[in-house]
Amino acid sequence: MAVTRVVMPKLSEAMESGKVIKWIKKEGDRVQGGDVLAEIETDKADVEMEAFGSGVLRKILVPAGERAEVGGLIAVIADANEDVSSVVGGAPARAAGAPPAPSPGEAGAPSRADERAPAAPKMPQREEFVTRTAPPPEAAVAPAEAPAPAVPSVDGERVKASPLARKIAAQAGVDLRLIQGSGPGGRVIRRDVEAAATGAARPALEAVPAPPAPARPAAPAAVAAAPAVEYEDVALSSMRAMIARRMPLSKAPVPHFYVTTEVAMDRAWELREQLNAMEGSPKISVNDFVIRACAIALLQHPNVNASFQGETVRVWHRAHIGIAVALDEGLITPVLRDAHAKSLGRIAVEARDLAERARARKLRAQEMSGATFSVSNLGMFGVTEFSAIINPPEGAILAVGAVRRIPVADEAGQLSVGRRMAMTLSCDHRVMDGAMGARFLADVKRLLEEPLRLVV
Amino acid sequence: MAVMTYREALNQALREELRRDERVFVIGEEVGLYDGAYKVTQGLLKEFGAKRIVDTPIAESGFTGVGIGAAMVGLRPVVEMMTFNFALVALDQIVNAAAKLSYMSGGQFNVPIVIRGPGGPAHQLAAQHSQSMEVYFYHVPGLKVVRPSTPADAKGLLKSAIRDDNPVVFIESETLYGIKGEVPDDPDFTIPLGQAVVRREGRDVTVIAYTGMLYRALEAAEALEKEGISVEIVDPRTLRPMDVPTIIGSVRKTHRVVVAEAGAGFAGMGSEISAFITEQAFDDLDAPVERVTGANAPMPYAKNLERAKTPSKEKIMAAVRRVCYANGS
Repeated sequence: MAVTRVVMPKLSEAMESGKVIKWIKKEGDRVQGGDVLAEIETDKADVEMEAFGSGVLRKILVPAGERAEVGGLIAVIADANEDVSSVVGGAPARAAGAPPAPSPGEAGAPSRADERAPAAPKMPQREEFVTRTAPPPEAAVAPAEAPAPAVPSVDGERVKASPLARKIAAQAGVDLRLIQGSGPGGRVIRRDVEAAATGAARPALEAVPAPPAPARPAAPAAVAAAPAVEYEDVALSSMRAMIARRMPLSKAPVPHFYVTTEVAMDRAWELREQLNAMEGSPKISVNDFVIRACAIALLQHPNVNASFQGETVRVWHRAHIGIAVALDEGLITPVLRDAHAKSLGRIAVEARDLAERARARKLRAQEMSGATFSVSNLGMFGVTEFSAIINPPEGAILAVGAVRRIPVADEAGQLSVGRRMAMTLSCDHRVMDGAMGARFLADVKRLLEEPLRLVV
Repeated sequence: MAVMTYREALNQALREELRRDERVFVIGEEVGLYDGAYKVTQGLLKEFGAKRIVDTPIAESGFTGVGIGAAMVGLRPVVEMMTFNFALVALDQIVNAAAKLSYMSGGQFNVPIVIRGPGGPAHQLAAQHSQSMEVYFYHVPGLKVVRPSTPADAKGLLKSAIRDDNPVVFIESETLYGIKGEVPDDPDFTIPLGQAVVRREGRDVTVIAYTGMLYRALEAAEALEKEGISVEIVDPRTLRPMDVPTIIGSVRKTHRVVVAEAGAGFAGMGSEISAFITEQAFDDLDAPVERVTGANAPMPYAKNLERAKTPSKEKIMAAVRRVCYANGS
């Protein structure tokens, strides 16, 4: 892959030099075209500078706080194993009068000290990219002196891999260059990455003979019996990988705020027992009450049943409610469609069916998307209250705790035992404000506290 | 549910809509006295009379124009093309009038017309009568284009097409007129336009196909199951508007795609499907999208050459094996 020279951009007509206020990316960080690399101060304003190439930010030549002339080289992006010495070795771009580059204080990258010295460029060493593709620093286990593995053809050649293989490899921390592809022309495909991630051949299609996987040492038989093993890297299941990919896409860009309330569940509890005692009626759970209450309230509060669309807010006229279902390997949110138009009994039957088929992995694709709002209930785990992450493009999610029996004081200060349940609404602030969320939540609470409203 | 043929299902849809809404009428060549060239309009003249079942001269451009004019003033015409290849004669009416009048009149005129008839290859109909005519229409903004594959779909989609306020090009299949299937009796049974259906669930590859190719794909899937390849089949049913989310959902599940279509491949349905899959699900693909299409030639009359031009079960199977990297390819 090509080496990308990062130069001080000309951000205004009059600009002759610019100051690097701050590097957003550190040496050793992987960058893609369009990522913000640094903040640059010009005569007029502070501007974010984007990367025009992809690879690893190999070298920062102008540290934060220093100036460079327009067009001067300030950093280098290249593949992890690319030899950048000829580029880096060129004249440094610092504006005249600037002191020699100190070690950038904010950089915490695991780059090697010798790589920082432009005067003494070294041939890249293989362990560098092994270190980088290892799990993130908090694992604190990637030994800097890891022995170099056998590497099939790495020198600057583009690895042919299917997009899916690339994605899985990035998530599993597997270096594509270490994998022998089994597709046409040596293309690395999904089964190659999966085999590499688990350390064993695992054909994607059982009856199709997989190509011979590269021989690897067998995994230790039992981790517990092998005290030398300090940790274990477990390959991501596709569901875990999906969750890992999606959640930051919510939590980071979606400004969440939270509204919590407590519901008196005494009457709902009593009604539920009566309904469940009726012969031939479906068994109804507390969560079914919550779903029904949310569905009714959503139609009355359309700005909660809404999705942020950039230029517009899409207000849904139907309540399709996602129901979070915990599985051993992760979480899935099947969608109960048109919940506003369904009776409590119907909701109970459909929610149970969706949850059972979710656990059996028998959901159809269309049953896993299209929710306008979600409900997540951890009551069965004894959780009193929690807050959930919004599942975009939905605008809100309700986190429901357990129904607890606690002492409650009435108006006259008289103590008794009541059933209470906490609910926390996570809201997308781009779509709605605190008062809107609070009014919606108050209505859900009222519906649950006057539960006959749920059956008429 | 009654079991009936695709032809009978279409007949029932027409009959029910003619009864339900007196603005609906049928116009075309031999739709009345002769009961329809393919008997889709059988018995309609007898029940509804010559005012609502209108026989015309051989003049597609003329009677399509009559239909468009009638639609503009509030009627709901169903125009029959004896075969859709004849719609080429009426292309200006369909493309420049039906599709555009609502837009060009600022919404003052709707054109709630259905233009229906058989299309696609059949048996030895040769170059001029074997074309997959949908490609000429789904490119045009303002038209909806439907290709039903089963008797139930034929009925449910035709009823939705007649009730739709936009011009709908509804292309049946001559080779499917005789197939039988269960069809709901409910006169309010409809299938919304723009909804694809998963015909068969599978894990390893998504095959997208409609009408005749759907049946070749189903046969291929049965055979591939024995090789350990689990095929999911999606039938788009409506080609425009296309149900993109259902297709993308299936691609995200299987990661491999084959599109089968009877027409020639260049700028065909497979090109469009392949393009939006690449745009929307690139990172989910484990292999390039493969197209199985008719050869780039006019349809020959000779049986053996006709077979060679037309996509087969075997060609679909070979493409599926390629995208699954099976058989060492």
